Amino acid sequence: METLSYILQQLINGIQLGAVYALIALGYTMVYGILRMINFAHGDVFMLGAFFGYYLITKLSLPVYLVFLLAMIGTALTAFTIEKIAYRPLRKKSAPNISLLITAVGVSLFIEYFFSLKILFSPDYIAFPRPFEVESYDLKFFVITNIHILIFIATFLSLIGLYFLIYKTRQGKAMRALALDAEMAKLVGIDTERIISFTFMLGGALAGLGGILYAIAYPQINVFMGVMPGIKSFIAAVLGGIGIIHGAVLGGFIIGISEVFVSAFLSSTLRDGFIFLILFIFLLLRPNGLFGKRIEKV
Amino acid sequence: MRLLLEIRKELLFSLAIYLLLKVFFINDIFSEYIEQVILYTIIIVVASLGLNIIYGFTGQFSLGHAGFYGLGAYFSAYLTKTFSIESGLLFIFIILLSGAFSAFIAYLIGIPILKFRDDFLAIATLGLGILIRNILDNSDRFIETLGGSRGFVGINSLSGLEIVFFVSLFFILISKNIIYSKYGLFWRTIRDDETASSSIGINTTNIKLLAFVYGCFLAGSAGAMYAHLYTFLHPSNFDFLKSVDFLVIVIVGGMGSISGTIIAGFLWVFIIEGLRILLPPDILELRWVIIPVILIIIMMWKPYGLMIKKKVI
Repeated sequence: METLSYILQQLINGIQLGAVYALIALGYTMVYGILRMINFAHGDVFMLGAFFGYYLITKLSLPVYLVFLLAMIGTALTAFTIEKIAYRPLRKKSAPNISLLITAVGVSLFIEYFFSLKILFSPDYIAFPRPFEVESYDLKFFVITNIHILIFIATFLSLIGLYFLIYKTRQGKAMRALALDAEMAKLVGIDTERIISFTFMLGGALAGLGGILYAIAYPQINVFMGVMPGIKSFIAAVLGGIGIIHGAVLGGFIIGISEVFVSAFLSSTLRDGFIFLILFIFLLLRPNGLFGKRIEKV
Repeated sequence: MRLLLEIRKELLFSLAIYLLLKVFFINDIFSEYIEQVILYTIIIVVASLGLNIIYGFTGQFSLGHAGFYGLGAYFSAYLTKTFSIESGLLFIFIILLSGAFSAFIAYLIGIPILKFRDDFLAIATLGLGILIRNILDNSDRFIETLGGSRGFVGINSLSGLEIVFFVSLFFILISKNIIYSKYGLFWRTIRDDETASSSIGINTTNIKLLAFVYGCFLAGSAGAMYAHLYTFLHPSNFDFLKSVDFLVIVIVGGMGSISGTIIAGFLWVFIIEGLRILLPPDILELRWVIIPVILIIIMMWKPYGLMIKKKVI
C-alpha cells in the first residue's frame, strides 16, 4: 500500500514535469515542422519566461493572471526577435541546415551568458517567489497541491487553444500548408515570413508559460536553467515524431514521468543520462517517433 | 621513404619551430604558465583536427567531441596512475592506447548514431556528450580513483615539450597523409554528396564510421596529453562549451583545411588566454558573450564556413 501510493505520488509529479516539457516541446515541433530546423535557443526562451515572471512578481507585484500574460507576451517577442535577427538573414541566403543549427547554438549561448552578466540577471540561483500560498489536498493515495492543479489546467487550456488555432483558423491552416510544402504555400499566396514569425511567437509564448510554471513548481531560477529542460523537451518532440503536435505532448509526458521515476527509484544523478538512453533507443527503433509516418530518404 | 621526401618541407619547418621552442623553454624566457598554454594549444589543435575530419572533411556534424576528448583523458590518467607510469616511452604508448579507447567507444556508438543526418546527428552527439559528462560526474561510484564530480587529482606530469610536440606532429602528418589517400577522397565525396558517393560504389556507412572513429582517436589522444599536462581533471572541462570551442576552431579555420585548423587553434587559445590576462576578472565573463556573436556573424557572412573555397551543395 505504501509503495503504491509512493508510485502514484511520483506519477503525479511526473505528469507535472511532463506538462512543462510538453509546453516547450510544442515550440520545437512547430518550428521544426515549418522550417526543418532545431531552434536550439528555445530552452533559453523558456528560461526568460521564468525570469520575466520573477521580475513581474517581485518588482511590479502584479496579479497572477497579468504576470502570466505579460511574461508570455515577453517571451513571444523574444522569440520573434531571435527569428528576425538571427535566422531570417540565413534563410534569405538559403544556408545549409547546419549553419542554422550553429547559429542557433550561438544564439543560445549568447542569451545565457549575456543575461548571466552581473548587471543583468547574474549567474546565481535566485529564489522564485510563488505568487500564491501552496495548499495541499490529501487524496488518501497521494497528495495533490494547487501547483499541480494550476499546471494541469494551464497546460490543458493552452493545448485546447493551440488545437483550435491550428485546426480551426485560417492562420493555422496556413501553418499546416507551410509545414507540408513551403514552396507551394508561397505559390498559393501565403505570406510565409509572417507565418514563420507567428509560429515562433506562438512557440515562445508556450515556452514562457512553461518557464513560469516550472519556476512555480521548482522555485529556484538561474540563467542556465533552460538548457537541460530545453534539450529534454526536444527529445520529447523527437519521441512523439517531430512536427506532430500531439506527438510532442505525449513525448513530453513520457520524458517527464520517466525522469521522475528514474530519480525516485534509481538515482537522481543518472536521470539525464537515462533520458539520452531513451533517445538513442528510440532513434534506433523508431527514428520517426511514435506518430511519425513519413520516412525521410534523401 | 617517399612520404618523408614529400613532407620534408613541413618536417624541416616543424623542426625549426621545435628548436626555437626548446631554446625558449630551456632558457626560461616564457613563464611556466605561457609554456603550458603553448603545449595546451598544440593539444587543442590535435583534438580540433579530429573534429575537422569528422565534420569538415566528412560532413558529419558532431556536438559531442569534448566527450571523447574527456574519455581519453580519464582513461590515460587512470592507467598512468594505477601502473604508476613515469617513463616517456610508455607514456607515448598510453597516449595511443587512450586514443584507441576513445576510438573503440566511438566505433560502438558510431554504428547506430551515424545513421542520422544533420540536425539529428547533432542532437544525438550532443546527447552523447552529456551522457559522457554524466558518467564522468558519477565515475567515483564505479572506480574510486576517477574522483567523479570532485575531480581527478594527482596525475603524473608527463606531457613535456618533446612528447606533446612530436606526438602531435606525428598525428598531423598522418592525418594529412590519410586525407590525400583514397579514404580522404571518399570522405570529401561523402561530404559533397552522400547519395552520389554511394551510387559510385563507396560504402558510405563504413567510410563515415572510419572518419568518426579516426576523429575520436585524435580527440582521445589529445585528451591523454591534456590530462598529463595539467595533472588535474574535472568533468566540467569536457562539457558542451568545450565542444563548441572545437567547433569554432574548425569553422574559423575552414572546414576541410589542416593548416587552417592549426592557425585557428593558435589564434583561439591565444585570444582566450590573452583575454584572461588583459581583462579584469569581472569582465572576463564577457568572453562567452562575444564568442557566440562572432559565431553568428561568421555564419551570416559565410554560411558555408570561413576559408572554404567552393560551395558545398
